[in-house]
Amino acid sequence: MNGRSRNEEAFPQLLDLIPKDREWHENRAHKFSEERKLELRLGPPGEEEDDVVRGRKESLLSLGYFSASVNGGHTQKPVSPPWASSSKTQNINQQKGVSVSSSFLQPQPSPPANTAVPNSSQKRTAPGPVVGWPPIRSFRKNLASSSTSKVVSQHESQNHQQRVVVEDKVAGKKPVADNNNNVAVGGNKSLFVKINMDGVPIGRKVDLNAYYSYEKLSSAVEELFRDLLAAQRDSCGGGIQNKQEVEKAFIGLLDGSGEYTLVYEDNEGDRMLVGDVPWHMFVSTVKRLRVLKSSELPAFTRGGCKQDKITT
Amino acid sequence: MPRIAYAFPDEVLEHVFSFIHSDQDRNAISLVCKSWYEIERWCRRSIFVGNCYAVSPVMVVKRFPKLRSISLKGKPHFADFNLVPEDWGGYACPWIEAMASAYPWLEEIRLKRMVLTDESLELISKSFKNFQVLVLSSCEGFSTDGLAAIAANCRNLRELDLRESEVEDLSGHWLSQFPDSFTSLVSLNISCLGSEVSTCALERLLAGCPNLQSLRLNRAVPLEKLVNLLGRSPNLVELGTGAYTSEMQPDVFSDLSRAFVGCKQLKSLSGFWDAMPYYLPAVYPISSRLTSLNLSYATTESPYLVKLVSECRNLQRLWVMDYIEDSGLEALAVSCKDLRELRVFPSDPFGLEPNVALTERGLVSVSEGCPELQSVLYFCRQMSNAALVTIARNRPNMTRFRLCIIEPRKPDYLTLQPLDAGFGAIVEHCKNLRRLSLSGLLTDRVFEYIGSYGKKLEMLSVAFAGDSDLGLHYVLSGCDNLRKLEVRDCPFGDKALLANAAKLETMRSLWMSSCNVSFGACKLLGQKMPRLNVEVIIDERGPPDSMPESCLVEKLYIYRTVAGPRMDMPGFVWRYTGP
Repeated sequence: MNGRSRNEEAFPQLLDLIPKDREWHENRAHKFSEERKLELRLGPPGEEEDDVVRGRKESLLSLGYFSASVNGGHTQKPVSPPWASSSKTQNINQQKGVSVSSSFLQPQPSPPANTAVPNSSQKRTAPGPVVGWPPIRSFRKNLASSSTSKVVSQHESQNHQQRVVVEDKVAGKKPVADNNNNVAVGGNKSLFVKINMDGVPIGRKVDLNAYYSYEKLSSAVEELFRDLLAAQRDSCGGGIQNKQEVEKAFIGLLDGSGEYTLVYEDNEGDRMLVGDVPWHMFVSTVKRLRVLKSSELPAFTRGGCKQDKITT
Repeated sequence: MPRIAYAFPDEVLEHVFSFIHSDQDRNAISLVCKSWYEIERWCRRSIFVGNCYAVSPVMVVKRFPKLRSISLKGKPHFADFNLVPEDWGGYACPWIEAMASAYPWLEEIRLKRMVLTDESLELISKSFKNFQVLVLSSCEGFSTDGLAAIAANCRNLRELDLRESEVEDLSGHWLSQFPDSFTSLVSLNISCLGSEVSTCALERLLAGCPNLQSLRLNRAVPLEKLVNLLGRSPNLVELGTGAYTSEMQPDVFSDLSRAFVGCKQLKSLSGFWDAMPYYLPAVYPISSRLTSLNLSYATTESPYLVKLVSECRNLQRLWVMDYIEDSGLEALAVSCKDLRELRVFPSDPFGLEPNVALTERGLVSVSEGCPELQSVLYFCRQMSNAALVTIARNRPNMTRFRLCIIEPRKPDYLTLQPLDAGFGAIVEHCKNLRRLSLSGLLTDRVFEYIGSYGKKLEMLSVAFAGDSDLGLHYVLSGCDNLRKLEVRDCPFGDKALLANAAKLETMRSLWMSSCNVSFGACKLLGQKMPRLNVEVIIDERGPPDSMPESCLVEKLYIYRTVAGPRMDMPGFVWRYTGP
């Protein structure tokens, strides 16, 4: 299962980065000790530092030469990385005849990561609970007794704020009975409803409490479905043209003038045009949203929701 | 010389192939020659796609026209811990649609970490006349309406298993959609559902299905109802109770006990939500029959816990909360000589101080006392190299070892050294180790060991470990059988990644988050390796195109594929698309 040999010829040899290496590693060691001071810790401060630094020094040494330090010394010697600089490692390479050169690409001649790091490292080491750690599924976190679960939900909402990812502005957690993730980041209750679009097999969910007007909802709908619609059309070929077409598709969602129209199903099961009643009234009665092709609108029936669900 | 080989009829080959079920063997057969490839593809009945984006539904349907069973996995494993944003992908819909038209005789669908809609469930229920098995493991995107369609239309359904999925629970009425004539159910797992399911509907269902062997109820089913249900399914082999709590009533207790005894095949118990200590002893009469016991939802301490576990002399699998403590594990080690799998979950994962007396000693005891122990998942707050070395020496037959020391980067509590030597011993002695999760304070040294000794390792999970690219390089260059690598918060960067680019094509996937990989490296990798999808999950700073190449990437997911870039990437996933 060794694909390496096939790739030997395909890729150029990695250039030896000898001169920069030592400095790079020493810089990194320094940076790490500083980072350590900033980093999140769940134990008393100061304990680990010495040992961590010692550990790192050991690995700095081992970059220069390997093998002697492996426990027991038997079986294989560790493969030295292609960028290792000392003559000892080159000896190892020659002796083993290992095609260490097989698989690599020449990295961009970029400056050491140090310079760009400060922002991101600080972002990652901001104080607070660590996202996704310890690695326990959500449903297990919610099992705990009520007192612990309060702490858990605090952690969870902090985690949501911590998360260094921009999700779709409208995407959010679904209201699931077992899960305490119903709380949106801002601390308000969320109101998720399903929304489907004609011609797009994947439905979405939208939090209506994140908006306060039909215009906002309309642009959110566009954001939700724009890529999916483009992908659908792409699969029939079209490329760039599709993008422009797709953007046009979402104009006039609210007034019936566009290619698509936004409708909703209310708490009585009736299908209604979005925009007739004041926003707060709409939010209190809406159960589900749909983006229909305007050409099919005259057929919208009253009390026909079950049928429509099946045919979508 | 007569060319007998050419006269060998295909039907004979096909008949021979029909005895070969393992995917790897089937794959090997198809590589022998073109005619074997052709014959094999027409008679393959079941496939497993470990990454739904590695291949497209169209390609699968084209190559294997006669499938009866398909398994798909979607999101990366770290999605279980909220590291993958919502709407990342893993949509089952295109697969279901492709299969609906291509495989009218499809019988089994198994999905893991995928997004599935009610519409897809409806499509499944109507497209496959002999549909029998639906397993949705950690899936989401559907509601009980979709389940209603399955119940109503799948006349030959044998297995409906919703394990750990997130289901929008509109009501429990879906269960009533099983028609009165429905008799084929063998396995039902609704443990993840939140709302009440009609007990009447359940009773009716059980009464009609005499072959039911596995029933996992949800938390909302009260203990009193359990007795009736057990009475109707005397052939149960596996039972997941609902809430295991009630007012303390002796007749409920004795009825329950009698009901357990009445299920003469019962070997596996789970559920036990809110388990009240009073009712745990109801299990005693059948403890010696049990081979599998999952008490990991039993969040109350109980003096009966240890006694119960010690009485289960034939136990092979135990999942339990850390309330069992070291003393309980010692008792387990004495009594349960057939134990193969142990999982210990933390009762207070976010507390800073230990709330229970569970340390490395418990695990060491079990490793000493249980010669068949192969699979371990253990959450604890302290560990030592000495303990790990002991465990490794005791259990060279270990195949899955996942240790989570709750505090990141915690050293050996005795010596304050990194745990390199301990984990090194694990990989050195456990020569068949296939899965390993690391924790605690670790330097590049541990990866050197893993690269040297972990020759059978297939999946490695790493967090808050290592010092430099060397660590990553050791693993990628040394672990010959590595399929999945997931890394978070480690100082691994461009050098190791680029130097081992070719290795990535031999693996299913690589996840790296909060590491030191730059956008430049991702671009380069994406550019040079067309058979990899190099996907960057963008954070607030904006798409990588606008960032300097040296800027670091927050989340990176790389996987091999023959299907090219995926068409359903959300706005926050970026991929190199051209110069």
